[in-house]
Amino acid sequence: MPLRIDRRPDSTAIRVAAPLLAVLLTVGTGFLLFMALGLNPADTLYQFLIAPLLTFYSLTELGVKAAPLALIACGLAVGFRANVWNIGAEGQLTIGAIAAGGVALAFWNEIGWWILPLMLLASILGGMAWASIPAFLKTRFGVNEILTSLMLTYIALLILQMLVFGPWKDPDGFNFPQTRLFSDAALLPVLQEGSRLHPGAIVAVLVALVAWFVMARTVIGFQIGIVGDAPRAARYAGFDARRTTWLAFLVGGGAAGLAGAFEVAGPIGQLVPTLTPGYGFTAIIVAFLGRLNPLGIVAAALLMALTYIGGENAQIVSGLPQAATGVFQGMLLFYLLAADGLLRLRIRRVPATNGKAVTP
Amino acid sequence: MELAVPIIVAIISAATPLLLAASGELVVERAGVLNLGIEGMMLMGAMAGFAVTLLTGSHIAGLAAAAAAGMAMALVFAFLTLTLSANQVASGLALTIFGIGLSALIGSAYVGQPVAALPKLDVAGLSDLPVIGPLLFRHDFLIYFSIAMVPVLWWYLNRTRAGLRLRAVGESAEAAHALGHPVIAIRYGACLFGGLMAGLGGAFLSLSYTPMWAESMTAGRGWIALALVVFAAWRPWRLLVGAYLFGGVGIFQLHAQGAWGLPSELFSMLPYVATILVLTVISAGAARSRTFGAPAALGRPFRPSG
Amino acid sequence: MSSSKIIVPEVSTRGISRRSLLIGAGAAALVLASGSMAFAQDPLKIGFVYVGPIGDHGYSYSHDQARQAVEKEFGDRVKVTFVENVKEGPDSERVIRQLASEGNELIFATSFGFMQPTIRVARQFPKAKFEHATGYMKAPNVGIYNGRFHEGRAVHGTVAGHMSKSGVIGYVASFPIPEVIMGINAFTLAAQKVNPDIKVKVIWLNTWYDPGKEADAAKALIDGGADVIVQHVDSPAAMQVAESRGAYAFGQASDMSRFAPNAHLSAIVYDWGPYYIERVNKVLDGTWEPEDKWWGLKEGLIQISPYNDKVPEDVQQAADAVKNGIIDGSLHPFTGPIKDQKGVERVPAGETISDADLLKIDWLVEGVQS
Repeated sequence: MPLRIDRRPDSTAIRVAAPLLAVLLTVGTGFLLFMALGLNPADTLYQFLIAPLLTFYSLTELGVKAAPLALIACGLAVGFRANVWNIGAEGQLTIGAIAAGGVALAFWNEIGWWILPLMLLASILGGMAWASIPAFLKTRFGVNEILTSLMLTYIALLILQMLVFGPWKDPDGFNFPQTRLFSDAALLPVLQEGSRLHPGAIVAVLVALVAWFVMARTVIGFQIGIVGDAPRAARYAGFDARRTTWLAFLVGGGAAGLAGAFEVAGPIGQLVPTLTPGYGFTAIIVAFLGRLNPLGIVAAALLMALTYIGGENAQIVSGLPQAATGVFQGMLLFYLLAADGLLRLRIRRVPATNGKAVTP
Repeated sequence: MELAVPIIVAIISAATPLLLAASGELVVERAGVLNLGIEGMMLMGAMAGFAVTLLTGSHIAGLAAAAAAGMAMALVFAFLTLTLSANQVASGLALTIFGIGLSALIGSAYVGQPVAALPKLDVAGLSDLPVIGPLLFRHDFLIYFSIAMVPVLWWYLNRTRAGLRLRAVGESAEAAHALGHPVIAIRYGACLFGGLMAGLGGAFLSLSYTPMWAESMTAGRGWIALALVVFAAWRPWRLLVGAYLFGGVGIFQLHAQGAWGLPSELFSMLPYVATILVLTVISAGAARSRTFGAPAALGRPFRPSG
Repeated sequence: MSSSKIIVPEVSTRGISRRSLLIGAGAAALVLASGSMAFAQDPLKIGFVYVGPIGDHGYSYSHDQARQAVEKEFGDRVKVTFVENVKEGPDSERVIRQLASEGNELIFATSFGFMQPTIRVARQFPKAKFEHATGYMKAPNVGIYNGRFHEGRAVHGTVAGHMSKSGVIGYVASFPIPEVIMGINAFTLAAQKVNPDIKVKVIWLNTWYDPGKEADAAKALIDGGADVIVQHVDSPAAMQVAESRGAYAFGQASDMSRFAPNAHLSAIVYDWGPYYIERVNKVLDGTWEPEDKWWGLKEGLIQISPYNDKVPEDVQQAADAVKNGIIDGSLHPFTGPIKDQKGVERVPAGETISDADLLKIDWLVEGVQS
């Protein structure tokens, strides 16, 4: 009798059960993986998934790590909803950081409340400017944005290098590739003494709330969704695909640029050749893991941050090889992405008509 | 001419891993699936190809292992996205994270060991000819294979029933389904082919380009391959041009470095700048005649109903 | 030497104030005094932070080899932890801090980019001891160390000067930081001493690690007339190219002769083991102080791997003479007259460059093309 894979309709039960199933599968497979590596599996899992949640400091670090991811992902989600494929957030972040750093260095000798706001503004404009290159090429010449936004990322990273190896090099820095440490006026305050949690985390949450409101409750949000889901219908409705493309890139680039400013004015405190461990790329996963919903994105960013910090923990405390943290992280993502599909899967026997299988 | 020969040979080497991986991704995308896990599949191919060649001493076994490793990775992706309808973009990126980790974990046993490079063609008489010999008759199997696949793919996509069916699936899965085409099965096949080619692209790195295994040795080539598919507007011949353009500018900038006293970073930017410029010129021209857009169903999940 | 490096300013830019730093230091002294008595039997916890994967077979690999040497040397008396592939961005501070809060009393941060994070964490953990590689900022509980990589380059330059027939040497370089520039200059000066017409062509890759690009650069250099390849990047790819193209080559970080049995003339081997062992000993016997160590051939941190048989006896002797001269102090790799690329005299005849100037060198010597 032929088998047929089928799926159940979506339901609340599935939505609740899916993340639980994902966690269960991750823990189960992780247990086997860590055991195979000759480690204490329970302890390693504890270090990976639980320990980072137990100290105040590591909770603040969760915020430090999740804030840029959430901020960038919220910006990108706007584009992804409209089917605009901006995968160059890392480059937009870099240019934003350069713009903010440029302001910080230009007013290095000044003290004033206006320096930080100016840096943040510069970073948003910088990110937008970099994102407007693919937007322009796409709307004017029809150049596919996947290629341009990705290639521009490599270019942005090289521009950063050129600056920190060249004109912006710290004059007292022994010719190492770094700028001066920003002055106090150009550094973000910390929210909690002794931690690195900075106001960027609050901004990320606010941005997510605003983005959620805009996407769910306003005409613009509706328009973006329509352009993405049904471009032809959108055209009939008079929605302009070009304008949506521009909007998507400017929002995505601005958010990424702002995240760049928060990094350099926060945890890093200067411009260096490596600013992020690939936040701009990780944010793409975060955006989809959060189902392009700003509130889901905040949760997804915290989860991704947990797996990174947990991975460091497991290396330090349990001696887990770094490569294995990548395997574990990949698995966790697989399960999370697949869980509701898995629950909705239903294998049915198809009754054969008159004893003969129906050929499709 | 004599002087240009080694430079051209270097360009061929630089372009081949990109061409291999991108050829696979081109078919995947033509079937309407976007797999961003090329880097992960390439790394698994590079590691498996190297390890098996080292253990068995057989390059054929090594290449088979690389292809199998790439396909195994692709199968994970296909199961997630096609059977379980998981999001393609996120699944692809997760595949990259997973592949970087897994290849490093298994491959740690093989770091720092040399292996014999893939043998080069040696045709009595022909391979020793000046200029023509090194240009045409002194390469390894994967180089000939990568170039041969270009017309084969063109023929498959444009002249065979199966190819037309695959394209139909990529343009509209619903319509293809309505016509009775097995959408999911075709997409599975495309994904597996993508994994096979990415695996071989990785094996070219670890067995020919730089015959060794080191963690993350693809160094971002999977991403470039992704961009090249876009550059090619999903057409095989243009892919060949794109891969050789990118590889060529990359080699050229090494020779040009130091000229005019410009910072080396500007030269390092050239391949990226050149690709953007050339694509812009092509796209601007194409916009006037007819557009070569992405497969309409690219990245959209298909859920067969009923 | 120590004058060349700056001590961290007392007033921190952010985080802990000076007042709490002083209190912390006082409390730490108390804890330390009682701690060493109460827990004399507990193993010393040591942490290592690597910028790359230990599987890079280059820089991080060499540090990890040394970590294993520490474990072998001290056995149960130490408990060693390492974290690899730590990116030089916001993550490194958390990793270093985490190591400190897990009770690691001695932490080696092995990359330049970990400098500011190490200093910041050190302020918060005054009782732990930190060692930062290749940087320049010291603190009451942060010592710094580095290798005189350029000394090995001078030895290899001597060999290359003899072995190169075309008079053109290709140098595959990563980034124009002082460490790399020092190496290129020392190599060039030594080669020119043998053959004044030697030219050294440099290609900057702007990455530490991309085997494919490293190979491409070596090919381009050979196509440009180089018959000897030197590298200051992490993988052995350039060695393999030299092998297949019939050129000579010098390896870096570890002996790479397996990858190029004919081409590989010798390699500079980084052996951080003796340094780490010395530092651990000092912590164990309570004499650790923040120091500023720049070890080279003399101390064995830099070693010259065995020469290939292709290097004639007299050339080996000439190279050994340079090596021994550096070791006994009779020869300084940077002895004037030295001119820069523009032909401007930078070091007058008979004089040498001070360590302080060497550590921030940003100019290339005459005869280098880049």
